[in-house]
Parts: sequence; C-alpha cells; structure tokens
Amino acid sequence: MTGVRPTAMPAPDDVPEAPGGELVRVENLVKYFPVRGAGLFAHTVAEVRAVDGVTLTLRPGQTLGLVGETGCGKSTLARCIAGLIPVTAGRVIFDGRDIANLPRRAMRPFRREIQMIFQDPYGSLNPRRRVGAIIGEPFTVHKTATGAQRKRAVQDLMDRVGLNPEHYNRFPSEFSGGQRQRIGVARALALRPRLIICDEPVSALDVSIQAQILNLLADLQQEFGMSYLFIAHDLEVVRHVSDQVLVMYLGRVAETGAAGQVFDSPRHPYTAALLSAAPAADPDAAAARQRIILTGDVPSPIDPPSGCRFHPRCPIAAERCSQEEPALEAKPGDPALEAKPGNPAHPADPAAAEPRGPEGPAHLTACHFPLRAGALPGQAEVREPR
Amino acid sequence: MSLLEVSDLWVSFPTADGLVQAVRGVSFSIEPGQTLGIVGESGSGKTVLTQTLLGLTLGGEVSGRAVFDGTNLIGLPDAQLRRFRGAQIAVIFQDPLTSLHPLFRVGWQIAEMLRAHDRSLSRARAADRAVELLDRVGIPRARQRARDYPHQFSGGMRQRVMIAMALSLQPKLIIADEPTTALDATVQAQILDLLQRLQAESGTALIVITHDLGVIADIADDVLVMYAGRAVEVAGKRDIFYRPHHPYTKALLESRPNSSAAGRRLRPITGQPPSLVRLPPGCPFHPRCQYVMDRCLAEEPPLLTVANGGAHGSACWLPGAATGVGGEAEDMRGRTVTAGRTGKAARVAAAIADSPEAPGAAPEAPGAAPEAPGAAPETEEGVTA
Repeated sequence: MTGVRPTAMPAPDDVPEAPGGELVRVENLVKYFPVRGAGLFAHTVAEVRAVDGVTLTLRPGQTLGLVGETGCGKSTLARCIAGLIPVTAGRVIFDGRDIANLPRRAMRPFRREIQMIFQDPYGSLNPRRRVGAIIGEPFTVHKTATGAQRKRAVQDLMDRVGLNPEHYNRFPSEFSGGQRQRIGVARALALRPRLIICDEPVSALDVSIQAQILNLLADLQQEFGMSYLFIAHDLEVVRHVSDQVLVMYLGRVAETGAAGQVFDSPRHPYTAALLSAAPAADPDAAAARQRIILTGDVPSPIDPPSGCRFHPRCPIAAERCSQEEPALEAKPGDPALEAKPGNPAHPADPAAAEPRGPEGPAHLTACHFPLRAGALPGQAEVREPR
Repeated sequence: MSLLEVSDLWVSFPTADGLVQAVRGVSFSIEPGQTLGIVGESGSGKTVLTQTLLGLTLGGEVSGRAVFDGTNLIGLPDAQLRRFRGAQIAVIFQDPLTSLHPLFRVGWQIAEMLRAHDRSLSRARAADRAVELLDRVGIPRARQRARDYPHQFSGGMRQRVMIAMALSLQPKLIIADEPTTALDATVQAQILDLLQRLQAESGTALIVITHDLGVIADIADDVLVMYAGRAVEVAGKRDIFYRPHHPYTKALLESRPNSSAAGRRLRPITGQPPSLVRLPPGCPFHPRCQYVMDRCLAEEPPLLTVANGGAHGSACWLPGAATGVGGEAEDMRGRTVTAGRTGKAARVAAAIADSPEAPGAAPEAPGAAPEAPGAAPETEEGVTA
C-alpha cells in the first residue's frame, strides 16, 4: 500500500508496481440480492444470484474486458470490486489486501485507488454544480488539495483530457456528450487511481466521438499505468481495448483468456454465438458468416438452470450439460497451451505480439464440449445457421 | 413507380434559441420490398425525416413533397393521414416499453389497433388475430402471452410485440427507428433476422434508421448517410462500405474499431457535429473535414452524381472519381485538396491537423494544443489522416 500519493500531475514515470504482478485478484466472488415477499416485515423469499462464484485477476497497467448480455452480472461484479455494494461471499484482493466488506473507515484509503467512469454522461454529473467543482470534488473528499492548489490541479486535469481549462466555471449542460464523458474521465483520474472501472464508457456516445474517448483512455493508461476493468457490450470495442477478456453468462464466467485467443478461437458456444451475433460493419463479412441465432432470452438469475447455465439456449447441449456444471478450466487443443508467438491461430494480430507478462493469461472455458480450437464462429461445429 | 418518393423535404422548428433546421432538402425513394438504411449521428435529422412523413413533427415548418403510392403526404389533413398511419405505413420505435401502454394486456392492445382500423371486426376475431400475429413473430405460447402485460415481457420480446403490431394491418412500408439499439447482441441478431424473414414473406418495404453501421451492413439494400440535416451520401450498400466518396462516410467507417487494427490507435473524427441553429457556412462538415478546400467554406455542395448513373450520389466537392479508400483515390483527393486550398481553408485544415489526436503527435505528449483557436470553437481532439 503506497502512502500519500501526489495529486497534481506527477511525472509519467511514477507507475505503481504491485507485488506479485497482480493488482486485483477476485476469488469466488458471490453476490446475491434478496427478493422480499409482500408486507412490512416480509422475509426473503428468493435470491437473485447476480454474481455466483467469479474468479479473475488483473495486472497493473492492463485492461480486462468484461463481456456479457444485460443481466449477466457484469455491472454488479464491477460494483463489488469497487466496494460500492457489500459482497455475499468471496474475496476481493486489491494490492495484496482483502478489501471485500471492509468497514467504511478501513475502506477509505482504497476508495481513491479505485475509481469509476459511468455510462451516462448526463446522469452521472450533477447538473447544478460547475465543472471545476465536479472534477475537484475528489480532492475535497480526500482532503488532498484546497484553494488555488486545487484549482490548478483541476485545470491540469481538464487540459489533460482535452477540455479547455478556461471552461472551469461552466455547467455540465454547456458541454456535449463527448465532452461530458471527458469530465467523467477527469474526475476519475483526479486522485491518480490504480484501477479505473469503466462501465460502458462509450455506449452513450455517437460513433465519431467514441473513438476520441477510447484513444484518450488508451493514452492515459500509457501515461499513468493504471489498470482498467472495461465493461462494454460492443465486442469490437472490447477487443480493441482489452488485454484479457472475461465472458460472463448468468453470474458465472463462461470463458476467459487473452483477448486475441478468446475472440479468434472461442471455445465456449456462448462466446461463439455472441461473436457471430455482433454486427460487423462490412457487408461481405456479414453475408458470409453463419450467424448462430440463439433462441429465447437469458433465463432468470433467481432460478438459474441446472448444470451448465447456458444449456437451455445452447445449440450443442447434451444430456450431461443439464446435470453437471462444467468447471472453468483449460481445454486440450488450445493454442494457449502450446507456443504462443508466431502461432498461426492469431495471424496479423499485433496485440498478440505484445508482451503479456511472464506466462500470459490462461485461456479457460467452462464447457463440457468445447468448440474446436481455432474454429471461427461462423465455421464452428454448431448447428442452426439461418 | 417508387412506393415512396421524397423530394426536397425541409423541416425546421422555431425555438427560443432560433430556427432549428432539422432536415434540409432531403430526397430519396424506396421501392416495394426494398430496405433503405438511414445512418447518422444524433441530431442529424434522421428521425425527424421519417416522422414528418406521418405528420408526427408537431410545430415543425415543413416543405417539399413525399409521394406515397400516388398521394402526397406532406400537408395532408390529419383525418386523411390517419388512413396511412399504421395501415399503410407502420412504425417500430426504439423503446418498446414506452410505446406500449403499461396498463393494458398486450393482446388487447393489438386487437384494439385492428378494430380501430376495421370497425366490422368482432372483439373475438380481433383477439384471435392478435394471437396469430404474436405467434408469427416467434413469441412462444402466444395465446397465454397475449394475456400478459408489457412489463412481463423481456426487451426482445417487447420488440417482437411491436413488430407484430406493425405487421397487423399489412402495411406497404415499415419504418423501424433504431429497432435494436436497446437490445443485446444476441437478441439484436434475432430481431434483425425476424425483420428480414417477415419482409421476404410479405414484400413490405422497410426503412431502418440506425447509428450502427453493423446493422446497416446486415440488413440494408441502399443506404442514405445523413449529416446536419442533409443527405450527404446515397448509394447501394456495397458502394457505401467499399467505395465511399463523402469524407464523412469514409471517416465514419474508419473511426470504428475493427479486428484487423486491434491494439492500434483509432482514427476519430475531429470535433463534433454542428449546432442545427448555427450551421457553419458552406459544407456543414468542413470544420471536421481533413479534405477541406476553399470552396467548401463558401458553397454548400448539392448531392452530385458520383457513379452508377446517379445511384451513387455524394454532397462533396471532391472529384467524382475519388471514391474508395485505396491509394489511388487518396492521391486524387490529395492533389485536388492541394490545388483547392489557400488562405482560410488552409488555416482550418491546419487546426484540424494540430489537434492532439493528430497522427504525428506522440500519445505521451500531455495536453499539446488544447484547443484549435478560431476555426472550430469547442473542438474535440482527433483527426483522420
């Protein structure tokens, strides 16, 4: 745990190094929300299993992309890691300390290390406060800068995220959506956190503005070396920003691994279906691919299906899938288990050539009948073309 | 004859801030059974354009013509427009939860709509027909589900209900306004699939409004790209994606992350869309355009034919042959721009190139060139080059 850290713009070489090469380790995290019956003193009649045993690790300076459909628990997981809601069970180890369910006072030093950027740049900024006050609020809360020092720090931040520092006294309504998201980024950056949780940071923005914000986030990561937990439903965006990817389905991890591996050779049928359903801005590719159209909707997390939670919608489900829950493990025939650089399974992927730490994230899949490695979603041995 | 032929449609709204010019002289046509995709960012006028056809833009000043099946819809009295709404032209909105009445059963709402257009239909027959329609759009156990309320349906199922309602009177044209924006990827695939299947069965024409180029690539035949109330490029789908002419279309395609460029820097469009109250002079895209020339600052280009005998049009002063993203087209653009850029345009171009997102600027240089002075106030960073 580093002690007091500078709050103004420090030198770029001040990149925190976590012991053991891990910034965050989440172990078997469980979060159930109670469903209460009618009446004043109603007791719990059921539980929404929003997150049901998730394990993940995030290294310093890396980006973990969290993918999944509405209701899969990705935002709940992010809020548990940020300590915004208490967890039901499991551990959240941040920089070597378990911060799950810490008392308020003990949690306080960690709050400045973990910041969030929200989806809605309208709802997440107080419309009655000036931009300078919004961005400067973290300094006040954590009593790290006041008066002229605070103003200078805020203006430095505004300059850094591409806002005009002279607009210090304006209200959020005077800014466009993209600029408001920059305000949100500046606020998250204020205390130089080591982890920023980005919950759908570009989903509400126009296409031409999305790229501006994604580039800004990439630049800031390069400069300050913080880690991102990046939630988005746009798979192209996740692929672009992520070093590792975690695919969630109904509160559980379906598949995880390096972004290139998961996207180029998905092993879980759900990942393959998600990838094949993602719209590609290329008419020939759209016409050529075989879309795996999943039937039905995501089941209720109050009463998740037995065995593999994906089995009622899975095109290749067998008897065993409804009885036995598959473990999240490395599957034979995975390119990740063999030599990685120059592997033909990831051609022309510059991200694959990047250093990923000593061993790189393992490619794990929770499925009894994983897809053939290297098979692209369109060619996967999955029935049901259109 | 086209099913719908819109020519020179203008829509503006007088507001306290001034006249909002939402749609400025848009023309397009659509044939039976065809799918037209309208792409644009928020505020580009794509929704106003289609709502005007149905007389849904209250308080707007409308001029131009929109001939549907022989009748000009613009200026038609409300009583006569009612015969077209729903019956001939149906609309599917983005958010099915706010489009359905929360206090009435779903089946009842569909039956009510049927009976509103056909008084001779009995309640029982209308209810049966509603169940048939729900079944047709793939809602399981349609007879029981017809008795449920909208909140008991998931987002995808609600959108199916909306599609069932749109289909109920066998319209000749369906306008789908961001039909899948609120849905997850796997559900979006289901809904797009359903729309295409139903369209093939019934031969209905379809207008899909979206900001998502992926949806367009999937479903459209022809594409209309809108920017600041203008149709800036009109072409067949393949031309739009592989041989774009207008710099905005090209920049839009290039700004998307794609797998072949994973890990590299994105190429965003500089700045942000203009205010529809105070449009820049000349071409509305010029403050963000890397190919800006002197002429672009003074004259607004009309939709000029680029290729295919008028089927591919672009509102840009660049030569018609400069289509596509290849080196040859880029050379031609470069030569034209060098010849056509002096004085003021050169300053605008320099301001765009000087923004912090310019390709030459090192990403670790913090806060370089905070704002491009003069040229485009409130400029966001970023340039495509």
